[in-house]
Amino acid sequence: MCGIVGLYLKNAELQSQLGSMFKPMLVEMSSRGPDSAGVAIYRNPVESSQIKFSLAHSNPGFLWETLGTNLSASLNCEVSTSTVASHCILITDAAETEVISWLQTNYPEVRIVGSGKSIEIFKEVGPPEMVYEQFDLEKASGTHMIGHTRMATESAVTTAGSHPFATGADLCLVHNGSLSNHNLLRVKLEHEGITFQTENDTEVAAAYMTWKIRSGATLRQALEDGINELDGFYTFCIGTQDGFAVVRDPIACKHAVMAETDDWVAMATEFRAIAHLPGSDQAKIWEPEPSTIYIWGEQ
Amino acid sequence: MDILDLKEVGVRGVNSVLHDLELSRNKSYRIDNPMGQHAIACGLDAQMQVQIEGHVGFYCGGMNQQAEIMIKGHAGVGVAENMMSGMVHVSGNASESAGATAHGGLLVIEGDASSRCGISMKGVDIVVGGSVGHMSAFMAQSGNLVICGDAGDALGDSIYEAILYVRGEVASLGADCIEKEMRAEHMLKLKEILEISSLKADPTEFRRYGSARTLYNFDIDNADAY
Repeated sequence: MCGIVGLYLKNAELQSQLGSMFKPMLVEMSSRGPDSAGVAIYRNPVESSQIKFSLAHSNPGFLWETLGTNLSASLNCEVSTSTVASHCILITDAAETEVISWLQTNYPEVRIVGSGKSIEIFKEVGPPEMVYEQFDLEKASGTHMIGHTRMATESAVTTAGSHPFATGADLCLVHNGSLSNHNLLRVKLEHEGITFQTENDTEVAAAYMTWKIRSGATLRQALEDGINELDGFYTFCIGTQDGFAVVRDPIACKHAVMAETDDWVAMATEFRAIAHLPGSDQAKIWEPEPSTIYIWGEQ
Repeated sequence: MDILDLKEVGVRGVNSVLHDLELSRNKSYRIDNPMGQHAIACGLDAQMQVQIEGHVGFYCGGMNQQAEIMIKGHAGVGVAENMMSGMVHVSGNASESAGATAHGGLLVIEGDASSRCGISMKGVDIVVGGSVGHMSAFMAQSGNLVICGDAGDALGDSIYEAILYVRGEVASLGADCIEKEMRAEHMLKLKEILEISSLKADPTEFRRYGSARTLYNFDIDNADAY
């Protein structure tokens, strides 16, 4: 089961409405995934010298400001933190790898759920509508959003196993399906220096794309290589800082539908999620073809 | 024409009106705001006309008998699945498994159908104005699938006695599906189906495909394949 949704705004004038346009899309997919939900939003890009982390802690009273002060003192860097429910958006001018290793040493219970220039990720256990509201996303502005509603069938209902999965470089991925060669790929990627937080197959797909992009591939090249190397069933919706993409495996048996107008592009597991968007009745609607990369923004 | 607003009464509200055959028989309905919901106008069992003003979700017109259902928009997965008789007409594109297992009636899709169109069809006539995706007419048993555009990979894989007419290119044929001679009776049948569907296409531009019938019986020479 599980539902995935994505919305990419082509018309910049709609950016202030991104959060309100996206909410009914995610909520409509509650019946496919009532356990937990997660969203990635691309907004407020930081300076080129800075990096933005999305962090999470299971204790709702966790003092993120103290973590920020300690990080600043330890790495002699600028740090700003803003708390959003169980999550924190931390912006710093320290090097990404140094921050990650500092967090792993000093705050091993803090989960790094995303990092990059503009990506912010929020995911939590609970009905999708409640999750969306607790992160105050309804009034959010931004360029694109990707979301996932989860029905845990084979593993525990936890936030760590929730999508979207991000492994750095502003890339995130939501997945409907299951991969069959993720263990082999995980070992290969670990040799490339990538660390994993879960045993989840989707995290491997996200890490694979991040690794490709860090190695100099464009999003399209990373996805083309992904079709050859990832084995299993998948409909992926992928976000990067400027890009939005959808790809399905060669068998294409996991549902997906896309819609496009002059103002936006949307994808969802079922069309009813898209039906709420303004102009959806006049949109071009189609089912994405197998092994075909659909991409907007970044090429 | 009676108007049913799905946003007001929901799918169950719409379908319960259509299923009340004493009242709905021989009537015309317009369904507004379908909002991509599933199972709209499913299981109808009398002559009536249903016009749906917009895009529908999964299984619209499923199990239909006798009714004429017009969908003005996109149809989700499994439109007219297991239809027995009557007609379902889609003005836009359709998602995968359109007309799956349908026994009779006519399914017309003006745009493209996706993968597995007519999978295991058992007597329905399906006319697609555009192209169909991979694995269409997989294990198709009976009926006619008319494709005015192109067909994706593995067309008619493991096909029984359904007849496939394709005007455009076929990416590849599935196991045991072959091109066959277009004889006069096929031309006549194709012309008749196209006319009923109201899609404009010249029957002489189509090619016919069907079963080579080599999978009907176990062949010892194939034992190594298992």
